[in-house]
Order: sequence, then structure tokens, then C-alpha cells
Amino acid sequence: MTDAPLSSAPPADAPLAGPSPADPVADTITLPPVAPAPYADPRHPQGHPGGGSLAGLETRDVSAWFGTRKVLERVSLAMPAGGVTALIGPSGCGKSTYLRILNRMHEMVRGAALAGEVLLDGDDVYRPGRRPAEVRRRIGMVFQRPNPFPAMSIQDNVASGLKLAGIKVSKEERRDLVETSLRRAGLWDEVSTRLHTPGGALSGGQQQRLCIARSLAVSPDILLMDEPCSALDPTSTRRVEETIAELRGRLTIVIVTHNMQQAQRVSQSCAFFLATHDTPGRIVEAGPTEQIFGSPRDQRTSDYVNGRFG
Amino acid sequence: MTTLDLPPVAASGPAGAPAPAAVDPPRPEKRIRIGGVTRDDVLTVAGAATGSLALDWVLYERVLPFSGAFGFLICWYLLFLAGYYLLGRLQWNPMMVRDRLIAVVAWSSGLLVVGLIADQIGYVGSRGWEAAQHLNFFTESMEHTGPLDPLTSGGALNAIVGSLEQLGLATLFAVPLGIAAAVFMSEVGGRLARPVRTLVEAMTALPSIVAGLFILGVVIITFGFEKSGLAASLALTVMMMPIVTRAAEVVIRLVPGTLREASYALGGSQWRTVWNVVLPTARPGLVTAVVLGMARGVGETSPVLLTSGFTSQFNGSPVDGHQVSLPLYIWNYVKQPYDGMIARGFAAGLTLMGVVLILFVTARVLGGRRPGQLTRAQRRRFDREARRQRAAAAGGVARPYALPPRAER
Ligand SMILES: Nc1ncnc2c1ncn2[C@@H]1O[C@H](COP(=O)(O)OP(=O)(O)O)[C@@H](O)[C@H]1O
Ligand SMILES: [Mg+2]
Repeated sequence: MTDAPLSSAPPADAPLAGPSPADPVADTITLPPVAPAPYADPRHPQGHPGGGSLAGLETRDVSAWFGTRKVLERVSLAMPAGGVTALIGPSGCGKSTYLRILNRMHEMVRGAALAGEVLLDGDDVYRPGRRPAEVRRRIGMVFQRPNPFPAMSIQDNVASGLKLAGIKVSKEERRDLVETSLRRAGLWDEVSTRLHTPGGALSGGQQQRLCIARSLAVSPDILLMDEPCSALDPTSTRRVEETIAELRGRLTIVIVTHNMQQAQRVSQSCAFFLATHDTPGRIVEAGPTEQIFGSPRDQRTSDYVNGRFG
Repeated sequence: MTTLDLPPVAASGPAGAPAPAAVDPPRPEKRIRIGGVTRDDVLTVAGAATGSLALDWVLYERVLPFSGAFGFLICWYLLFLAGYYLLGRLQWNPMMVRDRLIAVVAWSSGLLVVGLIADQIGYVGSRGWEAAQHLNFFTESMEHTGPLDPLTSGGALNAIVGSLEQLGLATLFAVPLGIAAAVFMSEVGGRLARPVRTLVEAMTALPSIVAGLFILGVVIITFGFEKSGLAASLALTVMMMPIVTRAAEVVIRLVPGTLREASYALGGSQWRTVWNVVLPTARPGLVTAVVLGMARGVGETSPVLLTSGFTSQFNGSPVDGHQVSLPLYIWNYVKQPYDGMIARGFAAGLTLMGVVLILFVTARVLGGRRPGQLTRAQRRRFDREARRQRAAAAGGVARPYALPPRAER
């Protein structure tokens, strides 16, 4: 154990050798801003919570450890507000770990530690005194395997975030919220007549869209998706991609995918992660999606996106 | 939206041969019987059973110098297995015979257990019916009944009420405590979880008389409370809590971690995650845990023997005065030398079994509802709402794709 901070909370004096956060960090890749959002969330004309104004996400020098093993090395990346950022890379290179650092799920793993800064709207989510639950409500997450709550009906699943976050709403608001969220997730037409049936009775693809609706119901600023389609059939995958396309501009999406075509279809910016057996995962190249896929600067990126390794 | 428009596939050549122009009307479909028992199977078992019975009779009654029903039955069973094996060998290969033999042994063990239970229930039922057929058994206490009074006088109302009250109170104490302990061990964890688990495991093996002694020593002798239904329910709590805890912990651990993650990712605190996700998901199992605990508690005699005191009077209050319960009632009357009293004891036993049965059925009905299923009232309300919405939509107030801004309303 040489350089791993022991606590899961970020040490106040994190071993940030090198540039201080105030400096323009040398290898932060700043992505071009995305075209202005076509329409903002109508329910929140402005301000927080649940930001009608789009919030971006940026990490500076994020490293991560499991026990003494370092799995991420100084990852700096800016994920533009309102855009879709795809994280690609061979498995085991730390994409999921990185994603879980963004919404403070990483610290729930025993023995996990991290360093660096994660800025949501310019404010560090690991700032001492910030409650993880509040951060997670603003940064939603969709998992690889659909995981609707089996003890709840479809509508209760969608509204579960309110209950879990302790938000009180009237019955009408709740019903409207269920409908809006399901519509946004592209599931309303399929389930509107059986909202009270168990969420577990849906097909895999529908369950995943239900999970998306559930995340959207708490109006997050950011939505993280960890290989959301890897357990789905092609048709369901297409539906989820359509959903992502519709959500674009309403909130910031970060998606991990192993499917190069999918990354190209859904994302505007892209980051390529790579780890080798003895070096922790790091970003090899990041930039606009067309550039990563069209004219990558790094040989390894070019090999990966063209399917020559990984 | 979901339909994919694929290019039309050109009709493939030989594989998709055109159907013959004229087809015979299809034969009526006959369903294939899967599994099931053939006549040969039944006859083999029956033959082995009768053959071995006859042989057993000859051996037992004419040849061997023993007698007695128990030995007769055992010999019959062994001869039956041997006979079945021989008959099987005549028709099937060794592998199949072994398979069937094991199936027959499994079936007969099951039948044996069912038979024993039926025998037990039947015995208690037939002995208890004598007293239980008189309705006064359920509506009177033993206050004004002497030892030689007929069965049309006196009953077990005091014990039934006492049992229900004591069990209810004990459940009220044991279930929240037990589930809280289980949540602590499985969700909170930490360094204390292990000693707590060890303690709970040790407590499940606690002899019930010791639970009674504990309450007797602490509550009645040290604090000076009198023997009462409440003291008895505390003793029952000591018995029931470890069982509820153990069973609840097992089912809580079965809740997938991905659901907890989903809840945390939605901004749920640990407490809300446990309350809204973990416990509801584990609900059917938790109900089983509660039923296990209640089943343990309702039949316990020794803890109540030491703590509730005995009375032949009706006492509806668990907090003051002695209060009898069904096990204690049975214990007290069955050992008396009067036929009427013994009959009342058996009738109380029958009642106790009835109480247990009602408890189990209630718990199954309450806990067996599938997750996410609504109660009938909820479903009706939902249907009403759906109808109203459909009517509104038909009236031309179709909703736009996205909701109108909230400010408008
Ligand atoms: N809970 C864990 N405990 C220990 N090591 C882990 C854990 N989760 C992931 N890792 C390790 O961290 C590395 C990165 O994993 P992950 O972020 O899941 O990769 P990816 O999502 O890119 O496939 C892998 O080498 C993996 O073995
Ligand atoms: Mg992963």
C-alpha cells in the first residue's frame, strides 16, 4: 500500500501531485460545446433542483483503487451539458468504476478509494459535507442488467425515486410524473393500460426502459448508463437508443457501451479508456465522436474503434 | 413505432415449397400424455403389496414365533420392497428398477409422514370431539364446573382468549425486535454483527423452560410483578424472537444487491432503502418468518407454566391477574383423574390445532400476495381512474406527447 488513500471519502489533501485544480489542467480534454438544447425541461423553467438549466460534469485527475490495486489513473474529462458522452474501451479498463465515481456509488464498495475532483456544475460532489444521497438524486444511473423493484407495480417503480428521496407530491402530480417519465422513456404506449401490474412482468427491454423512466422521474441533471443495452435484444436496443436520442438536450448523458455503432449513433463526444495488465485504466483519447471514429489521433484508438483489438 | 420495416424477403427456392393444393381435413389433435402412471406401474405396486402382505401373514402368523402389529408392518414393508424389486426385474432393466425403487421409497416415506400426521390429528380429534361438540366448550370458562360435571358445562374460553392475547402480545414484541435485529445484521453490519448473530443462534437453542425461568427471575421475583398474561408473553417473546430473527435475516440476504444499488442511485438513504425496497421485496419470506415464530410460541407450555399462573376463571386482561392459555389448560386437565376433564384437555388440544391452522392460513393469505399486486380495493380505484381518463380522452382532451408546463395549471 504505497499511494492508496485508505478512506473511501476523498482525502482533503488528496495526493494531487502536479497542477492544482485552479490551473488549466494539462490533460483535461475540453470538448466543444454542444449545440443549444432544442428545448429545456418545461417543468422546471430554471434553477434547481432537477435543473431546467443543463448541468455539465467534469472530472479532474480522478484515480481509483480497489484495496491496494489502482484501477484508474488521473482521468480528466469534461462531459458537456446536454450532450451524450460515450465511454468506450475494452472490458476491465475501469469504465464502470469511473461511472460509479461520478455519482458516488464507488464509495459503497468495501475497500474502494479514490482521489481527484468530480465537478457537477462546477461544484465538487466529493466536497466534505455534501450528502451522497443528494448527489445521486441529481446524477441518476441505469445499470447493465434491468433492475426494477419486483415488489412494486410499474407506476410505483416509476415514482419510487420520490419515495426514496422523501419528496412529497400530490396524487395528480404523481400521476402526471409517472406518465411524463414513461413517455420520455418511450414506454407509455406499451404499459399505460397495466400500470398496476408488477414491473418484473415486463420483457427485458421494457424493464430497462422502466428503469430509465424511474431515473428520469426524479429529474436528474445527469444520467449515467452502464452498458444499458448489453442484456437486450436488437429491437429493444433500438428503442433505448431512440429514448437516448429524445433525451438529448434535456439532460447530460454519459453512456458506457461496447458497441461501436451504438457509440457512433448516440453520442456527440467520446472517450476511449484503456488499461493494460500492469497499468491502471486511463483515457487514451477523447473528443468529438466523429473525430474519434473518423480520424483518431492515437494508433490504439484507431485499432480499437476499427475492431482490431479489445 | 416498434415495427421494423425490413425489405421484403424474396421467396426462397426449394425450402419454401408451395403447399399442396388440396389438403385433407386435419386429423383431430390428440394431446400427448406426459409422465403419468401407466396401468403396468399401478399393477406392479399393487401386486408387490398384496404378495408381500400374504407372505408376511404366513411368516408372522404361522411360521415365526413373533407377533405384534409394529413388527408385522415393518416386515410387510421390507417384503414389499423386495417383491417390487423382483417384479420390476422381470420387466425393466436394472437401472430403471433402481430408479423406480427409489421413487417407491420416497413415496412411501412421504405417505408415512402424512399418515402419522393424520393419525395424530385423528387421535386428538376423536378424543377431543367428545367435549368440543358441545358449543359451551367455546363459550364458557371452568369457573363453575366441578370435577364430575357433565361436558355440557364448562369450557376453554378463558384459555382460548388467554392464548390469543399472549400470542398477540408476544408477536407484537418479537416481530419488530426480530426484524430490526435481522436488518441490523444484514444491512448495517459492522463489527457488532457477528457477536449478535452468534447470540441469536445460541438463543434459538435456548431450552424453553429457561426462558420461563428468566422471566420468572427478572420480572416476577426481582421486579415483583405478579404472574400474568403479560409476563407469559414476555417469556414467549424470548422464545420467538431468535427464530424470527434468523429466518428474517436469511430472507433479507436473498434480496439482490442490485436492488439496493438501484435505490441508492435514486438518492435513497439507507433507512429508506431498507424500508421501501429491501423489506417489501422480502415480504413473503418475512411473513414465513413471523409464522414460524408464532407457531413456536403458541404451543409453548413451560414458559407460560412458570409465568402466567393458572386460573379456571375467565380473565380478559393480560396485565393483571393470572391468565390461562391453551397449552397450560391441556397440561392441567389431562393429568386429572376424571374422564370429563381429560376429554376437555383433548378438546383444548384440538382447538389449539385449529388456532395454528387459522394462523397459517391467514399468514399465507396476507403474505402470499405476489409482489406488486394490489389489493382489490386499490385495483378497483385504479380501474375507475382509467375509465375516467379514457372518457376524457374520448372527449377530445387528448394529451400532447409531453405534459403541458406545470405553470399553466
Ligand atoms: N468490487 C470490486 N472489487 C475489486 N476489484 C474490482 C471491483 N470492481 C471492479 N474491479 C476491478 O476494477 C477494474 C475495472 O473494472 P470495471 O470498472 O468494472 O471495468 P469495465 O466496466 O471497464 O469493464 C477491473 O480490473 C476489475 O477487476
Ligand atoms: Mg463494466
